[in-house]
Amino acid sequence: MNATEILRFALRGLSANKLRSVLTMLGILIGVAAVILLVAVGNGSAQAIADRISALGTNTLTVMSTSRGSSSGGGLSLKVAEALQDPVLAPDVRSVSPVVSTSATLTYEGSDHDVSSFVGTTPDWFGASNFPVGSGALFTADDEAQARRVVVIGQTVAEELFAGTDPVGLQVTVGGALFTIVGVLDEKSSSGFSDSNDTAVAPISAVRQVLAGYGALSSILVEARDSDLVDTAETEIATILDQKMPASSDGTTAYRIQNASQLLETQTETADTFTTLLGAVAAISLLVGGIGITNIMLVTVTERTREIGIRKALGAPRRVVLSQFLIEATLLSVIGGGLGVAAALIGSRFSIVGVQPVIVPSSVALSLGVSVLIGLFFGGLPAARAARLRPIDALRYE
Amino acid sequence: MASTRPVLDVRDLSKVYGAGETTVRALDGVSLQVERGAYLAIMGSSGSGKSTLMNILGCLDIPTHGRYLLDGVDVSRLTDSQLALVRNRLIGFVFQAFNLIPRTSAVANVELPLAYSGMRAAERRRRAMFALDVVGLADRAEHEPNQLSGGQQQRVAVARALVTEPALLLADEPTGNLDSHSTEEVLTVFDDLHAVGRTIVLITHEEEVGARADRLVKLFDGRVSSDVRQDHLGRHAA
Repeated sequence: MNATEILRFALRGLSANKLRSVLTMLGILIGVAAVILLVAVGNGSAQAIADRISALGTNTLTVMSTSRGSSSGGGLSLKVAEALQDPVLAPDVRSVSPVVSTSATLTYEGSDHDVSSFVGTTPDWFGASNFPVGSGALFTADDEAQARRVVVIGQTVAEELFAGTDPVGLQVTVGGALFTIVGVLDEKSSSGFSDSNDTAVAPISAVRQVLAGYGALSSILVEARDSDLVDTAETEIATILDQKMPASSDGTTAYRIQNASQLLETQTETADTFTTLLGAVAAISLLVGGIGITNIMLVTVTERTREIGIRKALGAPRRVVLSQFLIEATLLSVIGGGLGVAAALIGSRFSIVGVQPVIVPSSVALSLGVSVLIGLFFGGLPAARAARLRPIDALRYE
Repeated sequence: MASTRPVLDVRDLSKVYGAGETTVRALDGVSLQVERGAYLAIMGSSGSGKSTLMNILGCLDIPTHGRYLLDGVDVSRLTDSQLALVRNRLIGFVFQAFNLIPRTSAVANVELPLAYSGMRAAERRRRAMFALDVVGLADRAEHEPNQLSGGQQQRVAVARALVTEPALLLADEPTGNLDSHSTEEVLTVFDDLHAVGRTIVLITHEEEVGARADRLVKLFDGRVSSDVRQDHLGRHAA
């Protein structure tokens, strides 16, 4: 009996038990697809975190005051910001942008929208915070100097207030004053809880006049010349800040410097932990899937022990019986596993609970390999055992 | 007849199940010769060892002691693959429970032994259809076992047993699961096969089935208790 004949027997065996074959393949499919997708979701969210952080700009430092409120002398002031822009003491600083941030309500033709962060700053801020303009233009240094009431809005604000129309050139009311929209920012990926597109940016002078008043700044955004020079720039501005904002009597410093590259490092570590966790979950689901495959293969072959007995009674050599069942197990595992990979690849095109999955190639190889091996082993082993039985014992098997 | 070699030659066969106190001697020194063309019925009460004997004759089981020559070959010395060959070429086995492969058409079931003997598909199909024609089921070739009556299933099983033209046709209570009408169908097939010279050994506990054979062997407690030749003037006349 030749190989094609045995293959035909295996195919007939599979098609004679369509429901069982389909269920077996479905079990393998789900096992494989679940593992690949889980790892892909973990990998995707890790990548999304890294992307968001690099979108923040990895060569920036954020200076914040540690003393809450605008206590006189303690807080950050424009004077401090100007002092940081010192080519002698701080040569590695490219730009310094003072920031005041407040929440405000934008009103346009009767409809209004609450902006979570209405930012007042200088034009350098856009470059430092990696926030390019989508349409229209940014406000200029001249606008800032003249305290012109112009504003650049984020995508969310544009959609909420001006759905369908181009907002550039229109005027909105903020805190009783009219602001002219000069530009709309590009869409930016949001970092978790807050929508970074729900923003409006105006010259700091105008914002202080109309909304925030002349108290302390919220923060100062410092951009280093290069992402490698962030740490050097941090030391430089720390020296200046120590002079300008002396530590309080109990020894706590009056300011805090947030380093984006440090943030990135921390977040990457977090993401790695996350991936490890998902890997563990995937390993467990692979185990569970493997047990499922084992189960269905054992049941399938055990159920067919009688059939093996009949075949042997009709003169089937052990080799032929074993080959037939091995080919059946191989076909089920390979087709089931292949469909599982296909299902995972299709599934990864959709975002799952807000995460765009990114397939890890090794997870495909691992889950497919493990499933096929388990299928072969637990399909082949009982078949080998049944084929070794005397026909009468196989026939009596219930 | 005396010049020809017996198809079946069993000498002092015993089969012991279990060990120690629970030992059961299913067969206890059975000797039996069956000539070519014979129609032999083995009868005995439940537990007399007739099924055990049948399984050993069909090479489905091996005896504990004794020699078993099938067509002159001592099967107790054969390897697993040689036994498969013997089961395939020399023996056609009909089971009480039919034992057709489920969800597989009648003709595919009948083809099975030929496929294992390595015959080409076209020739296989031709012979399988011929065998189905012999048992009168050519028009049911594409039906699956569950679409056939018990008697039809057993006739498919008989067709499967005779398709390889074996030296020996063994039937283990072939009518045990059948009603009287189906029993008659199957026995008619056996009568016809006997008429064309096939060697048939069947087991039964039904007197009227045993009565149709040429020779009746009765087993009691694993021994041959009687072995008589019967006349069948009625059947041969018919």
